[in-house]
Amino acid sequence: MKVSDRVEEVPPSGIRKFFELAEEMDDVISLGVGEPDFSAPWAAREAAIASLEQGKTSYTANRGRKDLREEISAHVAERYGLEYDPDDEIIVTTGVSEGVDVALRALIDPGDVVAVPQPSYVSYEPGITFAGGEPLPVPTSDDEFKLTVEGLERAGAADADALLYCYPNNPTGAIMTEDDLRPVAAFAREHDLTVFADEIYSELTYGHEHTSIATLPGMRERTVVFNGFSKAFAMTGLRLGYALAPPEAVAGMNRIHQYSMLSAPTTAQYAAIEALRNCEEEVAEMIGQYDRRRQFVLSRFDEMGIDCFEAEGAFYVFPEAPGGDDEAFAEALLQEHGVAVVPGSVFGEDGEGHLRVSYATGLDDLREAMDRIETFVE
Amino acid sequence: MSKRELLDLLLENARYSTADLARMTDLDEDEVVATVEALESEGVIKGYQAVVDWNKVAEERVRASVELNVTLDRETSYGDIAERLAKFPQVTTLRLVSGDYDFEMEVEGESMQEVSKFISDKVAPVPEITQTVTHYVMDTYKDRGLQMSDGDDDDRLSVSP
Repeated sequence: MKVSDRVEEVPPSGIRKFFELAEEMDDVISLGVGEPDFSAPWAAREAAIASLEQGKTSYTANRGRKDLREEISAHVAERYGLEYDPDDEIIVTTGVSEGVDVALRALIDPGDVVAVPQPSYVSYEPGITFAGGEPLPVPTSDDEFKLTVEGLERAGAADADALLYCYPNNPTGAIMTEDDLRPVAAFAREHDLTVFADEIYSELTYGHEHTSIATLPGMRERTVVFNGFSKAFAMTGLRLGYALAPPEAVAGMNRIHQYSMLSAPTTAQYAAIEALRNCEEEVAEMIGQYDRRRQFVLSRFDEMGIDCFEAEGAFYVFPEAPGGDDEAFAEALLQEHGVAVVPGSVFGEDGEGHLRVSYATGLDDLREAMDRIETFVE
Repeated sequence: MSKRELLDLLLENARYSTADLARMTDLDEDEVVATVEALESEGVIKGYQAVVDWNKVAEERVRASVELNVTLDRETSYGDIAERLAKFPQVTTLRLVSGDYDFEMEVEGESMQEVSKFISDKVAPVPEITQTVTHYVMDTYKDRGLQMSDGDDDDRLSVSP
């Protein structure tokens, strides 16, 4: 059977090769995981169980349960100063991944150019291609992995139609402060770009408060903000995200969502309501743990003499691969010392020469993994 | 960096090395050593213990939780009675509590007979003690914040986006 040209055009994920290699081996310590090692807070899990016991297994409203949208509206207002109407400016999606997918399909026309900072999360460029758009990579490695106006101009983003990014960033751990965002927002306004801001790691910043670009002047009307429960609430497997956007954008997204997904998982929506209402302490505890591990990992790389960008968000650091060849280093490290990390080139050309190292792993394993890396480097 | 942060880390795992503590708190190792020494000498840190799952050790170990009721007189306070009871090595925990009884006492021994004998021979005869109710521990699922079960295998994908 013939697969569509659109799908053929997209190569398989580079992560797959490392996944298959790691799966074949015993005694692998994986620092290649892009998800929390914690479980969702118990109160949230309990709410999910209770909803099942009560037989709440039907579809919900296409946009998600109203009480969940109201909780989301209150949460983002309090945490980030984002004011969105739960009735027509919020849509609950099956993870941020679905949110990004429907937003791109709803707001991008065939041939539209979408600028994406590189290195970036592996799904963005394929998602743009599937939506008929053209990804435009914006290298960031010369700018401490932040988006800058100079970088956007160099890449030709002034002629683009949209900008899609994720900060705090996967895979680098870079964040964009309000001062960093202001000129980017001005650039977006000047060149009339739609902005897709994936803020799934917004809770995971260390020493800085997260700023959403949608709070900057003139940005709310041109921005779709994505967030969800996977990272901060350790609910990756429950597949629940949400998007915040002006009514016409949400209506467009909902038109695709209602024909494809119908509604996000009902059980997960009950867990999410409880997570937003009563799990603040657990989230704070997890963030504290990540921060200690972050400092531990950065300090170990520093002692080994490996250059490592000082990541201030998410749960990744992005050190330079000793020797320069990230793929060869990651493969040898895995095969000779049983430590899985992800080569930076998987996240785009501009990630070459780096490694994504996740510290969403217990400290004992982290220590052992860092010891093995040290032995390998020596 | 607060003393509280170091205390939290030591509560999590008292065997973290000084070097690891320094890395996690962004302190010099000397500062970690000095702070921990200060906490010890101030009596904030009373000691360091392992949390043991006795089900995995072949030797028998019996624990009991004992409720104690007491009567006080002009010369005897709760503190006096507590001081007397706490000196017994069999008593691992002793707390004054509100509610239906006065003291909550945890006792450990090699056998039920040994624990029973200790309660009847040493505790019950204390003149101020009017009642003892002994609950033998049948199984322990969580102790000092640590769960005894091993259901925490990491089944995440080894490499994921």
